[in-house]
Amino acid sequence: MASMAKTAGDEPVFYLKDEHDHAEGGSTMLGFWIYLMSDCLIFAMLFAAYGVLGGNYAAGPAPKDLFDLSLVALNTTMLLLSSITYGFAMLAMNRDRVAATQAWLAVTGLFGLAFLSIELYEFHHMIAEGATPQRSAFLSSFFTLVGTHGLHVTSGIVWMVTLMVQVARKGLIPANRRRLMCLSLFWHFLDIIWIGVFTFVYLMGMLR
Amino acid sequence: MPDSLTRFIFGRLTWESFPFHEPILVATFAVVALGGIALVGVLTYYRVWGYLWREWFTSVDHKKIGIMYMVLGLVMLLRGFSDAIMMRLQQAIAFNGSEGYLPAHHYDQVFTAHGVIMIFFVAMPFVTGLMNFVVPLQIGARDVSFPFLNNFSFWMTVGGAILVMTSLFVGEFARTGWLAYPPLSNIGYSPDVGVDYYIWALQIAGVGTTLSGINLICTIIKMRAPGMTMMRMPVFTWTSLCTNVLIVASFPVLTAVLALLALDRYVGTNFFTNDFGGNPMMYVNLIWIWGHPEVYILILPLFGVYSEVTSTFSGKRLFGYTSMVYATVVITILSYLVWLHHFFTMGSGASVNSFFGITTMIISIPTGAKMFNWLFTMYRGRIRYELPMMWTVAFMLTFVVGGMTGVLLAVPPADFVLHNSLFLVAHFHNVIIGGVLFGLFAAIAYWWPKAFGFRLQPFWGKVSFWCWVVGFWLAFMPLYILGLMGVTRRMRVFDDPSLQIWFQIAAFGALLIALGIAAFLIQIFVSIRNREALADPTGDPWNGRTLEWSTSSPPPEYNFAFTPVVRDNDAWWDMKEHGYKRPLSGFRPIHMPSNTGAGIILAGLSVVTGFALIWYIWWLAALGFVALLATAIGHTFNYHRDFHIPAAEVDQTETARTELLAAQG
Repeated sequence: MASMAKTAGDEPVFYLKDEHDHAEGGSTMLGFWIYLMSDCLIFAMLFAAYGVLGGNYAAGPAPKDLFDLSLVALNTTMLLLSSITYGFAMLAMNRDRVAATQAWLAVTGLFGLAFLSIELYEFHHMIAEGATPQRSAFLSSFFTLVGTHGLHVTSGIVWMVTLMVQVARKGLIPANRRRLMCLSLFWHFLDIIWIGVFTFVYLMGMLR
Repeated sequence: MPDSLTRFIFGRLTWESFPFHEPILVATFAVVALGGIALVGVLTYYRVWGYLWREWFTSVDHKKIGIMYMVLGLVMLLRGFSDAIMMRLQQAIAFNGSEGYLPAHHYDQVFTAHGVIMIFFVAMPFVTGLMNFVVPLQIGARDVSFPFLNNFSFWMTVGGAILVMTSLFVGEFARTGWLAYPPLSNIGYSPDVGVDYYIWALQIAGVGTTLSGINLICTIIKMRAPGMTMMRMPVFTWTSLCTNVLIVASFPVLTAVLALLALDRYVGTNFFTNDFGGNPMMYVNLIWIWGHPEVYILILPLFGVYSEVTSTFSGKRLFGYTSMVYATVVITILSYLVWLHHFFTMGSGASVNSFFGITTMIISIPTGAKMFNWLFTMYRGRIRYELPMMWTVAFMLTFVVGGMTGVLLAVPPADFVLHNSLFLVAHFHNVIIGGVLFGLFAAIAYWWPKAFGFRLQPFWGKVSFWCWVVGFWLAFMPLYILGLMGVTRRMRVFDDPSLQIWFQIAAFGALLIALGIAAFLIQIFVSIRNREALADPTGDPWNGRTLEWSTSSPPPEYNFAFTPVVRDNDAWWDMKEHGYKRPLSGFRPIHMPSNTGAGIILAGLSVVTGFALIWYIWWLAALGFVALLATAIGHTFNYHRDFHIPAAEVDQTETARTELLAAQG
């Protein structure tokens, strides 16, 4: 019981007499971070599935027959640029500049849309060539991994539009700043996942 | 109506989907329907719908949500146990050419539903409810970190349970066993809706479980009362923290693997197929990467309960607090390194099997350390054999046996003999009933007075205790013997008449357990009727040691009028020892979260969407999904999520308690 500290007087303090409200949303960033890690596990599972099944072509097309690296490079550029512009949006937010924040968010959303369009074009092209998700376990795991990332980007864009409406209505109030911070984490997280996809699926796929 | 239109509107749902031809199900449905109508009638007659909606369904109060989780667990326990006793009866009579009374098609659904319900909709809600109720009180907080999310999580769990229950009367449930291994669970071998019910029920409930895991981690990390360092947290809070870490780090795996199975079934991908490069064993690996942590998700909080109960009823500080915490953390980590012991027979070779066999055996070390800590806590204590302590002692005796058979199964060569046998069934019931369920009964008896302000009447509790404990031993020891003789699990009929006596003993054991459940329900009923006589106005009926006993029973919605300051592991004990006086004035307004109906609406839409996906009613699935999205986005436009309880109201509540305490003398 040596650790039992007494306060300045002799009376031990058992409760806070003068307590202030806890700042709202004090746990939000931690909670969102933990959520991202759980999402990261889903991607880890999909990467693992791709790792196990990625070589099972079932006499169907292999990565070399399907991937067009220059297209993927363009796609990657779109997503990386969108992360930079999101960073600019956050810088604008920190300077309390509503219009600039909104503008950078819009640019980010457009880059996101460009990324999705290129991805959909790629998928369409592959499916038209007969490389469908049903063709082989390799293609099943490829479409699922890349498609799940694409779905995340899509929901990120929906979220971004929602937040732009909310910022337009309420301005950069603390609740909205917190939400923009969460989306920022989410958006950069998707970038990191994409680096993994680009490396393990596309680049290493070309080496197989 | 043209056939194509009917198919568009109803998907594959037809009149044949309703099991009119199965008399057992028709009778069950009649009972459930009549009971349901009676319940709705009574609730309407007494006009309590508004009260339930305002005070419970939309509540974000962690205590009420915790209690609702417990009610869900109890209701589902009755369903899951009905399945159990049906199986015991079938196996006891299906000898000497008798086919028993359950056709194979029905029997296979029963054993699948039993496993799924008991794990996901009994044990999980009980454990989550317990953590929800106790943790914020133990750490001196006023609610969890994300109160709305908590309500939403609860209703998603209910949503999953509703889908499982629906499968009883609309269509059928999976006939695959509780983990739905492919290729059996794939569309080729299970073309019906059973596996789809399984997938969507678990996906919907899984969202709730993951979110509540995140919520409780944040609560424990961020909301502790000042002075409560990590190593001053009560052991139950520690085990809850580890459990929720396990939840967040394992449920996404389940979500992903079930999503892949769903893709195989709905889209025709080849993850787990036998051809086109699919790999069914990958499913088995992935699902056990979730499944093994899951068993520790179930047991760890109960290890916490036993710690609280042992030290309270021995009147002593817990022996070896630090080693208890480290043992919990070590179990948390090791639980990720053992998954392959569920299928040593996969044929992964001697080195891999040895690795997983050894890691499995190592888990018994921290678990054994815990066992000794509890024993040393009792040593030279002034032990009061109240109900929670009785359950704890029964746990120690029972669980050790289950733990030892677990170590037997961890030896790969032995496992090749015992794999998929009734020995395994006996083992996991031994640890889940002897560990999780006994702990839940201890916890319910222990914290009931805190939740409702009166104790549970001990007599019927003791009847329940003896029925359960004796019933458990009679029901499962025969299965160990049968398993050693080579009887495999999930059998519907038997050829060898010499085995029958063991199944009859097991069925008798199950009957005793049924009496135990009945006695437990009677105990609750009798206690509610005699609540005046059993009332506990002190808020501290057991001479407790942790903070939840420092507030009134039931606690006010703000839990603590003033946030406590913690100076010791056993904070409330320390307060009592060092002359703590309850503050009587100087109350301040308290900041609280507001109730919201968004959680129940979102969960309801999820159930509709899930049902539509199960039956291929695509238009409804699309509509449900869009509605889900719109409601979720709409909810984010609500910025007014909190209010202040005025100081006068706090004053009123606290003064009422002061008078109550004064009346006690």
